[in-house]
Amino acid sequence: MGAHYVPYVPIAILLLLACGMMAAILVINSLIGPKPRSVLHNAPFECGVEPIGSARSRYSVNFYLVGIFFIVFDIEAVFLYPWAVLYRSFLADPSFAFAAVAEMFVFVGILVVGLVYVWKRGALDWT
Amino acid sequence: MGSTLHLVGFALLKITLILLVFVMGVATVLTWLERKYSAFMQDRIGPNRANIGKLRLGGLLHMIADPIKMIFKEDFTPSEASPWLYRLAPFLAVVPPMVIFAVIPFGPGDAFVISNAGIGMLFILALSSLGVYGAVIGAWASNNKYSLLGGLRTSAQMISYEVTIGLNLVGVFMIYESISLQGIIVEQGDVLFGFLPAWGIVLQPVAFILFLFASVAESKRAPFDAPEGDSEIVAGYHLEYSSMKFALFALGEFIEVVGIACIGACVFLGGWQIPWVQHTGGILLTAAEVGIFIAKVFFLIWLQMAIRWTAPRFRYDQVMRLGWKYMLPISLANILLTGVVLYLVKGA
Repeated sequence: MGAHYVPYVPIAILLLLACGMMAAILVINSLIGPKPRSVLHNAPFECGVEPIGSARSRYSVNFYLVGIFFIVFDIEAVFLYPWAVLYRSFLADPSFAFAAVAEMFVFVGILVVGLVYVWKRGALDWT
Repeated sequence: MGSTLHLVGFALLKITLILLVFVMGVATVLTWLERKYSAFMQDRIGPNRANIGKLRLGGLLHMIADPIKMIFKEDFTPSEASPWLYRLAPFLAVVPPMVIFAVIPFGPGDAFVISNAGIGMLFILALSSLGVYGAVIGAWASNNKYSLLGGLRTSAQMISYEVTIGLNLVGVFMIYESISLQGIIVEQGDVLFGFLPAWGIVLQPVAFILFLFASVAESKRAPFDAPEGDSEIVAGYHLEYSSMKFALFALGEFIEVVGIACIGACVFLGGWQIPWVQHTGGILLTAAEVGIFIAKVFFLIWLQMAIRWTAPRFRYDQVMRLGWKYMLPISLANILLTGVVLYLVKGA
């Protein structure tokens, strides 16, 4: 059994088991718990008054901005992983060692430029 | 056919021992221990009422009484909610933290890890990214204004600190030249200058501190619990959840605590390595190594509890400022410093 999928079989089993267990708990709960009594009982909580309008209205644009920054920085972090694992073998090669360090400064430097830009534009301020 | 059965059977055995016995056991005990420890720190008595006859065991029975109570509670769906998303959210909150344990090595070799897939940390980061969906979908589906506010705060906070976690680990990968947890642990068996164990906390102290705080922020526990903020948005994203659905959110949080402790122990505290003891095999030594790993995990769980009950809650803008303006630049500087130091000592 040298197949490449072998390490993922236990993960799949674990995933199914976890989902099954949690589903079973919820089903048991819905079977043996008391049933809802009235319409008002199921109304969303709003400090004791009847809810005014839907909760799904517009919200601050800052949350979208954070989402975009996350995508930018997290993808760059993922790009760094293969490089990080290989970094010491780059350094072991004398003709390539300095280039490896210089490339690190270039790549992280681009990240820093992006961070400085959003910082100066005030996108990280929440006041 | 025989080898397939063998594979599945062995996997089931390991899943039972690691996930059902160790992780669920510790998470269940934590529901009691967390309250008892907070009571100790705040000079209270804490939970002590659950009993069987005269038997109270210092409130230990609360961890059995609570699930029994939860499962007999009303299974409640708010009238304005999206019913299927509302039911899906507790799953997404509890399943990813459980699946993380598939790649955590509890001891040397392939015997103590559920899956020996080499992707290790990448798998963990992918799953912890999924963790944000549980809270956000729960908040959105509830169709409650407080829930939505909590969900917005949760999503922004979790993804902000995920960037820091991701960048912190780059320094560790650079030093240990591996992305699999077992590979990182094996590399930590070395000794520096004749006396210092080559653990992540020794070689990457800044990354350890940032990792710890960013992980606490990921699990939305105090002092980073602005998404739940009981006094302002009445429990945030799980406000409309009750009975076992609420219990799954709470269970997910405690499993995350155990998961963070396991990852921290593997990456920064040497995993199952015993300092100054060479790994030679043998049943006694292996048992000691598994024991020391579990001891390290308990130490990090204690640290998270102590942080939670020591620090007051940060205001929301403070949380975001800490994440983007302090922790992110520090972790970038940490990568550059690690790269330069590795370049300077490459002959050594």
